[in-house]
Amino acid sequence: MSVERISSVFTKDRVDPVMALFITAGYPEPSVTPDLLLALEESGADIIELGMPFSDPLADGPTIQYSSEVAIEAGTDLDKIFGMVKEVRQSSQIPIVLMGYINPILHYGIDEFFKAASESGVDGFILPDVPVEESTLIEEFCRKYEMALIYLVAPNTSDARMRLIDSKSQGFVYCVSVTGVTGARDGDQVATSVQRFIDRVKQNVVHNPVLVGFGIKSHEDAKRISAGLNGFVVGSALIDTIRKNYPNSDWLDQTKAFVRDIKFGK
Amino acid sequence: MQYTSPTKTGYFGKFGGKFVPEILIPALEELEAAYDLIRDDPSFEKEYLYMLQEYVGRPTPLTFAERLTEHYGKAKIYLKREDLCHTGAHKINNTVGQVLLARRMGKKRIIAETGAGQHGVATATVCARFGMECVVYMGAEDTERQKLNVDRMRLLGAEVRPVTSGSQTLKDATNEAIRDWVTNVEDTFYIIGSVVGPHPYPMMVRDFHRIIGDETKRQLLEKEGRLPDHIIACVGGGSNAMGIFYPFIEDESVKLYGVEAAGYGVESGKTAATFAKGTPGVLHGSLSYLLQTHQGQIALAHSVSAGLDYPGVGPEHAHLFDIKRVKYVPITDEEAMDGVRLTSSMEGIIPALETAHAMAYLEVLMPTTSSDELVVINCSGRGDKDMGTISQFI
Repeated sequence: MSVERISSVFTKDRVDPVMALFITAGYPEPSVTPDLLLALEESGADIIELGMPFSDPLADGPTIQYSSEVAIEAGTDLDKIFGMVKEVRQSSQIPIVLMGYINPILHYGIDEFFKAASESGVDGFILPDVPVEESTLIEEFCRKYEMALIYLVAPNTSDARMRLIDSKSQGFVYCVSVTGVTGARDGDQVATSVQRFIDRVKQNVVHNPVLVGFGIKSHEDAKRISAGLNGFVVGSALIDTIRKNYPNSDWLDQTKAFVRDIKFGK
Repeated sequence: MQYTSPTKTGYFGKFGGKFVPEILIPALEELEAAYDLIRDDPSFEKEYLYMLQEYVGRPTPLTFAERLTEHYGKAKIYLKREDLCHTGAHKINNTVGQVLLARRMGKKRIIAETGAGQHGVATATVCARFGMECVVYMGAEDTERQKLNVDRMRLLGAEVRPVTSGSQTLKDATNEAIRDWVTNVEDTFYIIGSVVGPHPYPMMVRDFHRIIGDETKRQLLEKEGRLPDHIIACVGGGSNAMGIFYPFIEDESVKLYGVEAAGYGVESGKTAATFAKGTPGVLHGSLSYLLQTHQGQIALAHSVSAGLDYPGVGPEHAHLFDIKRVKYVPITDEEAMDGVRLTSSMEGIIPALETAHAMAYLEVLMPTTSSDELVVINCSGRGDKDMGTISQFI
């Protein structure tokens, strides 16, 4: 199912951008993650990127560092994450991509990890600290369990390397809009010189759809930056919103409203 | 044996590699290319050796430890005096090399991580010497514990940024330095302070420290006409140890000992003994041994010595451990304090707490040696910086 489930989102006649939402598994609490994911889908999410929290997330800014700490503190581990995915799968077919760092996976056992992920209903993986140079082992198991491995391209990635990454990726390619760590940014910071980079991505990534992420926090950001690409990813701004409202009684409604605003505008 | 590590892709046996975000790949490729150019460039070597001689104060002596030798009544003991380097530790061999490389690459801004502050001071020093912008990341907890070094770095013109994320110590300072590098990759050179991180850092930092072992070999041949039987060095990330071990790896008669910090004891749960308690994993860009939890999160290390208080170790050490070329042994906080007392009172040398771990291993090793053998200890740093901690124990 996996790769196809992701691909099914990117239909040929689709006109609106695909919206992928990142949320750290176990944040704000492990028990609410499944319902939160369903609420995100209901509010317009097309793909879920579920973060596997790690103690030393060196590609992430303060927001995801914070949500990861909270999640680890609350006992979120890989088995619990597989349980969350299973729960969501009882009522939803939304593509779910696990995103995280390699160490907990190595510690779990690579084969065991991919097997358990596959059985729970996970569709693919984004591993920011595993560039193509180090992916041999991972690729083997992704193939074995027919799951998607999604690589990232950055503004300083050369044309030739973008083509290599495109040839290795399945599902989609994740385009990092700025050099830096994850985190919501002011619109201007994201806009600067991003257009030339996006043009390069369009020229070189031709086999996969492209989702752009890092720094997007509003409908306007999303529309502008993803123009000409297949869609966008929002993570830190979503977590910031939850952080602001949780555990008020209306936190989930506020979260859904934020997601709808991002997707459809206010 | 012939020893050729690392491979072109940065592997020492099965350890090493480049586990970094995509953004850093072009930067590492640029660094590799630049390093390849200077490795065999006589003009670079001349510049580097000039700085080591005229600025750092090399060669450092290989001091015969007469009273320590008498005390044990066994093998002859020599101390490789890296404590006499400018800024008080071996760290500056590497920062000189990397800052010269950064200049050749046209980088204007230098960043570094530091634990106890020794690497931070060594980086701030060379940046002052060459008039380069310098930002040092240091765990907020460490900036309190090592205030004197913070003041030294600031006096030298560096900006010290306290890191309040995670455990607020060296590993978090390293995370933050990497985040800075990811953000400012175009104009910034990251001077890593140990034989850790993604390829080519473990190789490059080793190469900039191998002068310790090269000098030791030459000096001992002059003094004794032969190679040592035993070499002892402390291991946190492992830069001083790689520096003195590397030129001896193919000399199979030379036994090598890496002394890691056991903290309260290997089984105490408060330890930094990576080989005694760790398992393979990825931290800060390379695959090596790590202290980690059952969930694969990085565990907090503990050592009385801030320089050894790190949950990882360089990948080349992991390889040397695997092939059993180096024996890695744990020494506790308390044993290290005994090492401080012994070396101070017998040789008039107050060693750094890191170095004291190597000294303390003499208690274990010396009874097994004979009077016709030679022991060299890498005296990697001086203890002035640690007097606050040492005072609590004496």
